[in-house]
Amino acid sequence: MQNGTGNSRSKFSGEEDVVYEVYQRCLIIRLNGELDHHNAVRIREEADKLIDRKNIKHIIFDFTATSFMDSAGIGVIMGRYRKVIFIGGKIAVAGVNMAVDRILKISGLYKIIEKFDNVEAALKAMQR
Amino acid sequence: MSDKNEMVLEFDSKSQNESFARTVVAAFAAQLDPTIEELADIKTAVSEAVTNSIIHGYCDKPGKIRMHCILENGEIMVEVIDEGVGIENIAKAMEPLYTSRPELERSGMGFSFMEAFMDSLEVKSELGKGTTVIMKKRIGKYQSR
Repeated sequence: MQNGTGNSRSKFSGEEDVVYEVYQRCLIIRLNGELDHHNAVRIREEADKLIDRKNIKHIIFDFTATSFMDSAGIGVIMGRYRKVIFIGGKIAVAGVNMAVDRILKISGLYKIIEKFDNVEAALKAMQR
Repeated sequence: MSDKNEMVLEFDSKSQNESFARTVVAAFAAQLDPTIEELADIKTAVSEAVTNSIIHGYCDKPGKIRMHCILENGEIMVEVIDEGVGIENIAKAMEPLYTSRPELERSGMGFSFMEAFMDSLEVKSELGKGTTVIMKKRIGKYQSR
């Protein structure tokens, strides 16, 4: 991914399967691998630390390389939504595959989050 | 000769076994030649049931979870059995968005997903004795039989 001048992104490696990037006040969480209850506990802690320290407003969950997700993933998204909604923040998902899409649909989460083809498109919409 | 195929697996109630459990069931179910979507459904449902046993049945304390699977006539049956605290009110536990442990940031969608992704779901529970979840799913290519 290209970084524009003066718009450098900070990368934070959490658990090896999850990569966090901060771009202005937007946190991008790349969920590579499996997102279940076991992994959710750590992702929640790591994400919340960054949200607080970096004064995060918007969050983009990138599912491009997600091989599995269950209701624990819904819990992670809902929990972060509750954190940023009070400061006018938004939650977006990107790179959603068919399996993840079905879970997001059934959960009703699309009522409160927006879906984009990729992270770039989500970033663009959130910077508006 | 019957085409029935059965397997039983017992493992510790530890969250790192959630992935192990759903992967084992998916590998076993592969004999029915399911679609990728059907396999994803089964994995999600098993993951929800096993996670419930770990978080709610055993309340994150040590215990054993038993999985019993039968493949027969193009259908998979998965039983997830724990000897944990049991469920006081099954109907309430199965309500969408209900969670007995909101502090864990659970979505309360576990049973809803099991119902949505499998053809049938049965929950048996006795307080202090444990909980058994029985799920069945017919694999599509056998649907017309």
